[in-house]
Amino acid sequence: MSKMEEIVEEVITGNVDGVAELAQELVDEGTNPSEIIKNGLVAGMDIVGARFKKNEMFVPEVLIAAKAMHAGMDIVKPLLTEGESSSAATVIMATVEGDLHDIGKNLVAMMLEGAGFEVIDLGVDISADEFVEAVKEHQPDIIGLSALLTTTMPAMEETIKSLEEAGVRDQVKVMVGGAPVSQEFADEIDADGYAADGSTATEIAREFVN
Amino acid sequence: MIIIGELINTSREGLEEAVKNRDVEFIQDLAKQQEEAGADYIDVNCGTLLKEEVEAMEWLVKTVQEVVDVPLCIDSPNPKALKRGLEVHEGKALVNSISAEEDRFTETLEILKEHDARVVALTMDDEGMPKSAEDRIRVGKKLIEDLTAAGIAEADIFVDPIINPIGTDQQVGQYILDAIAEIANEYSDVHITCGLSNISHGLPQRHLLNRTFVTLAMGRGLDSAIIDPLDPKIMALVTAAETLLGHDQYCANYIQASKSGKLDV
Repeated sequence: MSKMEEIVEEVITGNVDGVAELAQELVDEGTNPSEIIKNGLVAGMDIVGARFKKNEMFVPEVLIAAKAMHAGMDIVKPLLTEGESSSAATVIMATVEGDLHDIGKNLVAMMLEGAGFEVIDLGVDISADEFVEAVKEHQPDIIGLSALLTTTMPAMEETIKSLEEAGVRDQVKVMVGGAPVSQEFADEIDADGYAADGSTATEIAREFVN
Repeated sequence: MIIIGELINTSREGLEEAVKNRDVEFIQDLAKQQEEAGADYIDVNCGTLLKEEVEAMEWLVKTVQEVVDVPLCIDSPNPKALKRGLEVHEGKALVNSISAEEDRFTETLEILKEHDARVVALTMDDEGMPKSAEDRIRVGKKLIEDLTAAGIAEADIFVDPIINPIGTDQQVGQYILDAIAEIANEYSDVHITCGLSNISHGLPQRHLLNRTFVTLAMGRGLDSAIIDPLDPKIMALVTAAETLLGHDQYCANYIQASKSGKLDV
């Protein structure tokens, strides 16, 4: 098994130290850092995501795999040359105004990071104006809005409207999720996508940027 | 053990359609089945209908009460839906839920005062979801103190310590159990309930974790749960745990349940 194949395996099994060691060895051997990310770290997380979706892997296994992936990233990322990016794209995530329930949002953020996205997590209870500010500041490719309560779902629509009014709606793709949210609702408020879970969010995010 | 039957909820598959179509027979049948299985409250939640929620809540309360004798648990984060549900409910309902988030507390308390109702109190405040045992205890106590100060009897309060998945934080089970014990010890008349199934989110064989956790929590003072009463295994476990915890004189319930075949699971 090549070192690259090995690092993929160690990401999947969530061997934090093993991934760090292999990443260092690959770097020392002169392997291109962006190649280590793409063919090693992210490739491993891709398999994790696929297995998670098929119920062959479970949340704690995904968490430890992501931790292992990050241990590798910490070594490789500083070595990227200017212009090279470690991430597929940037995603801003948060729960919408009035909603403090962040378990689902955190899981989705973790899955996206695992898939190689740069995730900026704004936290909970983020108003439409704060989203607009964050879009201007961070220039993300995608924003992910989360709501658990039926009473805060209208804040998703308000956020999208505010992005329109601020003239930045076309710069970003908006995806929405949360237990009471549906595809129908996403269509109604003109979101670009609806994701029921972290692996769907990852798939949709990939479609957005490709 | 006070069982709140969770099955009439429009976020469950097929339920939104049944409520939208005002399918009386379907809803009444589901309510009756839960009552027969031992539910003390029938939860009604139609939050996913959004703008039509308030109307649907009125219909649900009326429709379910036509066929069951147990009171309902009127379940919504929307005070307007709670209010409408309580207005048409006969007898003493359980409201699900209030929290220590300032606006939600004030608005929901006002409705509670207008109607003689019991209430589920979620241990979260404007700081967000509880993380530690201490968060749950602090917010739980504040809710109990504020609700009783407003005239709500301790026995009408059901503290919900908020169940987070054990899959994302392996200490959370212990945090919840510690919080249950502390609140149960300090306020003997207050009830403690929870939406159980969240504990197993993201893990395989979820029923096993749910069933095990309910017995662990009962051992620390949980005396109510929002569950599927049509799951005979969890109901049998609850019956056995009640007996073992000394809540079943002469083991009468246990023996009765056995004779009626309810423990053959």
